[in-house]
Amino acid sequence: MTSTLAQSGGATVGSPWLNIAIFGLFVVVTLVVVFRVGRSNSTASDYYAAGRSLTAAQNGTAISGDYLSAASFLGIAGAIAVYGYDGFLYSIGFLVAWLVALLLVAELLRNTGRYTMGDVLAFRMRQRPVRAAAATSTLVVSFFYLLAQMAGAGGLVALLIGVTGKAQQALVIAVVGVLMIVYVLVGGMKGTTYVQIIKAVLLIAGAAVMTIWVLGLTGFNLSTLLGDAVANSPKNGEAILGPGLQYKNKVDLISLGLALVLGTAGLPHILMRFYTVPSAREARKSVVWSIWLIGIFYLFTLVLGYGAAWLVGPAVISDPNTPGGTNSAAPLLAYELGGPFLLGLISAVAFATILAVVAGLTITASASFAHDVYANIVKKGQATSRDEVRVARITAVVIGIVAIGGGILANGQNIAFLVALAFAVAASANLPTILYSLYWKRFNTTGALFSIYGGLAICIVLIVFSPAVSGKPPNAAGRSASMLQGVDFHWFPLDNPGLVSIPASFLLGVIGTYVGSREKHNAEKYAEMEVRSLTGAGSEKAVEH
Amino acid sequence: MSTTGDRQTETVYQEVQRSAAFADLRSRLRRFVFPMSAAFLLWYLAYVLLASYAPGFMATRLGGSNITVGLVIGLLQFVTTFIITMVYVRYADRRLDPPATALREEIEARRAEQAR
Repeated sequence: MTSTLAQSGGATVGSPWLNIAIFGLFVVVTLVVVFRVGRSNSTASDYYAAGRSLTAAQNGTAISGDYLSAASFLGIAGAIAVYGYDGFLYSIGFLVAWLVALLLVAELLRNTGRYTMGDVLAFRMRQRPVRAAAATSTLVVSFFYLLAQMAGAGGLVALLIGVTGKAQQALVIAVVGVLMIVYVLVGGMKGTTYVQIIKAVLLIAGAAVMTIWVLGLTGFNLSTLLGDAVANSPKNGEAILGPGLQYKNKVDLISLGLALVLGTAGLPHILMRFYTVPSAREARKSVVWSIWLIGIFYLFTLVLGYGAAWLVGPAVISDPNTPGGTNSAAPLLAYELGGPFLLGLISAVAFATILAVVAGLTITASASFAHDVYANIVKKGQATSRDEVRVARITAVVIGIVAIGGGILANGQNIAFLVALAFAVAASANLPTILYSLYWKRFNTTGALFSIYGGLAICIVLIVFSPAVSGKPPNAAGRSASMLQGVDFHWFPLDNPGLVSIPASFLLGVIGTYVGSREKHNAEKYAEMEVRSLTGAGSEKAVEH
Repeated sequence: MSTTGDRQTETVYQEVQRSAAFADLRSRLRRFVFPMSAAFLLWYLAYVLLASYAPGFMATRLGGSNITVGLVIGLLQFVTTFIITMVYVRYADRRLDPPATALREEIEARRAEQAR
């Protein structure tokens, strides 16, 4: 089965020009859409929240487009192809996490806030310090997530268009960054939403076609597929059917699982999407749409992963000379199934995935800066909506440039690791603070600052001193699996800090609340927040156009 | 711990917050989402613990097939997620939305009156 790969010379598979042409078509179509919807973006509500006029089906599809990043498509399929069962663990955490968003966060957040996470956290607290904290953690989470996507873009083009030089890859990363800036500047939230919807439909449809194809080859028998995958995995054999190949450290696996399941409902770019619908009921229905789409998509990746193990083989996928490494499993499987055309299609979809996710992250980070920092801290709530949007646009450009620079520097880093990091920070700094402010009456400003800054600091310190950054033993080729080579300053034993940083942040929220117990309880604001969050009275309405 | 003077000038929101109807809505929401969240988090945690500490059990094959216990439990996580989603939507549509809408309309009418 691998002879076709060898014939193509090993550097690339398929036809680079076909890949570029299909991707170019996606860019042209989305740009036309973005320019068409981008005309009505003068007010903050239009620019940040698409006028709150999306339907639940539109928003739910856009949420899945925002959530199913390159890490979850290429990363999970690749992990399953090489390590088998352990790759599946990722997708389960990513899916179950949505129940936290559905049951505890989405509706109350939609009813309480306007544009950002800071709106909800600062609602009944002292505005300036809490908004500053919320903006800080929003920017940190978005930055890690952006880095992961941009770094992934570099590896992906190596595979797709045969660009292996670091300088040319940097150029491609810059092109991704510029496109993302254009989407966000011109289209605002509505344009970004349409890019995400188009991408989600293409991604899920592409994965569905490949899944049915693979299953068809096995006579629609999952057991046969698993058997074939085992037969073509000489190194690990039957071990790919059970856990333990990828995660050797048991405690680390639990830590990762915790960060995945609690991180989603704290991701600012996901939270912001709940504001784009007219009511809490529509926010609930959006989440239901996304749970179905994301769940079904992850079931597809299970088949694709084992299918790649069978048809491409882990030996080829994990070969250091295969461009794109583990991430190449899904594209190579597409090539085995449908030749250069299907490869081009799936590659273009994977690339579109990166574009749609980075656009969503950029609009969120720029909204948080413009709305929380500029309008509410600098201008003390006196900025006009037009000014706010102007600042948000400038911020989007700055973030785009920083992301291009960071992406070029981070090129080659492990995408899944960077994404897991973003999830750990979101679960540690954001989720405890969101839950306390929605459900705990006595929670106060000091408590909020303790849990945000405390969670953020603990998380980052533990990451810096983890084996993920330094000190893993080098392999046969002399390369360590850590981020930094040749140094070892780690003292924290786990790759993922979640097991320590998440409970610590919950605890710090309580400690802070008692430390600040002499703060005046704002009974009026608390009543407004609680009643509003549960009934929707006084919540932001959709804009009529 | 109430501040001085808030008794005379209580807002509509504060009055509603103290009402029996609102207390009922709040307890309906919390009675459902808190136990359900605890349940699915424990079920997920059990799954992760099994994967880390009982890999042999998870790799057990069912019958003569290549399907393992771990795969079935993993797929069951998908099934329970879908079921909880559907059950919650049904509960929210029937038991949460009607009282929430009634309270919202009452509050908005009273606030409109005050503003006049």
